[in-house]
Amino acid sequence: MLEQAKSEAIGQNLVGADEPSPVPDIGEDLTLEEWARLSQWQLIWLRFKRSRPAVIGGTLVILFYLGALFADFAAPYQLDTRFTQSLYAPPNPPRFIDAAGEFHLRPFIYEQKQTINRETLEISFELDTSVRYPIYLFARGDPYKLWSLFPADRHLFGVEAEVPFFLLGSDRQGRDLLSRCLFGARISLTVGLLGVFIGILLGSVLGVISGYYGGLVDDMMQRFSELLLSIPHIPLWMALAAILPVTWSPIRVYFGITIILSLLSWGSLARQVRGKTLALREEAYTLAARAAGASDWWIISRHLLPNNLSHIIVIATLSIPYMILGETALSFLGLGIRPPMTSWGVLLEEAQNVKTIIFYPWLIIPAVLVILIVLGFNFLGDGLRDAADPYSK
Amino acid sequence: MINFIIRRLLHTIPLFFMISIVVFAIISLPPGDYLTVRVAELERQGNQNAEQQLQGLRRRYGLDQPIYVQYWLWISNFVQGDFGESFDYNRPVAELIGDYIFLTVVLSVATLLFSWLVAIPIGVYSATHQYSLGDQFFSLLSFIGLGTPGFLLALILMVISVYVFGSPIGGLFSADMESQPWSLAKVLDLLQHLWLPIILIGISGTAELVRIMRGNLLDILGQQYVQSARGRGLAEHKVIWKHAVRMAINPLISLIGLQFPSIISGSIIISIVLGLPTTGPFLLRALRAQDMYFAGSFLMLLSLMLIVGNFLADLALAWVDPRISYE
Repeated sequence: MLEQAKSEAIGQNLVGADEPSPVPDIGEDLTLEEWARLSQWQLIWLRFKRSRPAVIGGTLVILFYLGALFADFAAPYQLDTRFTQSLYAPPNPPRFIDAAGEFHLRPFIYEQKQTINRETLEISFELDTSVRYPIYLFARGDPYKLWSLFPADRHLFGVEAEVPFFLLGSDRQGRDLLSRCLFGARISLTVGLLGVFIGILLGSVLGVISGYYGGLVDDMMQRFSELLLSIPHIPLWMALAAILPVTWSPIRVYFGITIILSLLSWGSLARQVRGKTLALREEAYTLAARAAGASDWWIISRHLLPNNLSHIIVIATLSIPYMILGETALSFLGLGIRPPMTSWGVLLEEAQNVKTIIFYPWLIIPAVLVILIVLGFNFLGDGLRDAADPYSK
Repeated sequence: MINFIIRRLLHTIPLFFMISIVVFAIISLPPGDYLTVRVAELERQGNQNAEQQLQGLRRRYGLDQPIYVQYWLWISNFVQGDFGESFDYNRPVAELIGDYIFLTVVLSVATLLFSWLVAIPIGVYSATHQYSLGDQFFSLLSFIGLGTPGFLLALILMVISVYVFGSPIGGLFSADMESQPWSLAKVLDLLQHLWLPIILIGISGTAELVRIMRGNLLDILGQQYVQSARGRGLAEHKVIWKHAVRMAINPLISLIGLQFPSIISGSIIISIVLGLPTTGPFLLRALRAQDMYFAGSFLMLLSLMLIVGNFLADLALAWVDPRISYE
């Protein structure tokens, strides 16, 4: 007994393998006292850090959002800067070794000159290896206004010359694909956020109410969310999106799509929150609060909702990729975001037919971006779920 | 058991009606009475009888009557198999829709079977050889599979297939078999072409199943009764398959009901990308042309498919776990 007390005080568990460690395994060297002082969120963060896929996913997601936020700066060109001499240009990767075999420290590119075969009228691009165009960081380029507010003309990287630099190739109108992807990210990555926010609001409030009150309210809610789950989502989205009037401006369409996407998502969230609330409702502190005379609303907002919070955050994180996919699918089919607003789905729509893909396969790159962000969110969400509620496994 | 079936059926019927209301609302939302537009269009093309033809339709759907009458006429026609008239093709929807819905059902069921047939062995292998190279490989594969949406994969595969095979993949039948009446040869042809869409649609469902199966089986393999079975000298494969896996599969059966909607949704998009003659491309075309009766019928039938699927899944669940039938 004395041994046990001593070793616990030192924070080591020398006695008894069947005795659960006083400091649960969160990968850190902490004494019992330090551990007891940590807040719930600090605990979650420490557990989260342990999972490498989660951290990678989180980093990826943050990088994407930063890229979208600073698209004006990160992209070498504007959303619709056209280079009419370079339609459908293939990707032009930076090189270190030039045509003569010499190595240069600063990466450079060669100009891709458009050549038209006199006989077949086929357009091809040849590298003009006579002139090297070095790539500079924070290069001067086209002037722009960051977030339409701050005028600037330095871009993250660029070639300080009149030669177009297509890191990922160009499209049908000679617009740089990388720049369009970065600007398109703004739409793709935010449609989901707004939709998930609305979904969470509706889902958690309705879920808690339904779980807490039970009875008729619960029954109606269950029926309603079952209804939502019984209509396959994609056809329903397609139908609703097709109904948005053609005369609406792109902005209104954007909000319309957001609302459509969120309509179907709150159902499953509500169900899960309801389930958890049903369990929490019988806990001691709920009964104690009721005995102390707390109103229903107080109990809901002060006890039940915060206890659901970590769960809600996890579900939100896992719903965002669902929304992003939904928007991409709709825009890809031509039913979603309308040009000139651009999202990754719109970019993919331009690459839809087989001929385009055969000749200009780099136009598929937005698909890879979507896959990456979805994977990133999934890893992040899984990690959060394991961190927030390790007993749910 | 019979009680349970009856209860589920009674539960399903109001659901069906609620869905029909939602779908009817969608059908009615686009502004304008297409019949007036249609009459004008047909008369412009020189069809003098247009007005009379469409009077019949007007009566049938009560387009000059209040909306609840319209709804009632529509739904009573619908359950009798009259799905309305397609304004795009100018033929009754029921004529057009049959083949496509049938193929969609075939595709969805085949995908469901595929995902189960593949996921369970992989899940069992992963659990029994935990942390082995194979397990890690499959885990990685299923992580990627979970995240990658089918239609994007379809696009990427099309690009790859062009470079590797020289021609794009797509379609459910070879060119010459497409319009032939059903025969054994056609079925075989279908099976040959079916595997690619099945993989594309089923990959995320399979990945999820593998992960859950692995997790469940790992839990069960740590239980006491497994140890006692081993201790009594039961052969390992019997321990795993006859006892552990049977327990692990139980929770999975309840997943079938949840898998079905995403399979149907997935099949819609993938069939659009690959150009398969199932629901997808025609639903899209109907929506674009605002051919609302056609599109609405698709929606209703897809939802019906889903309801039936859920119902069958509930039955399967109750058969496996009789406790459910007492709920």
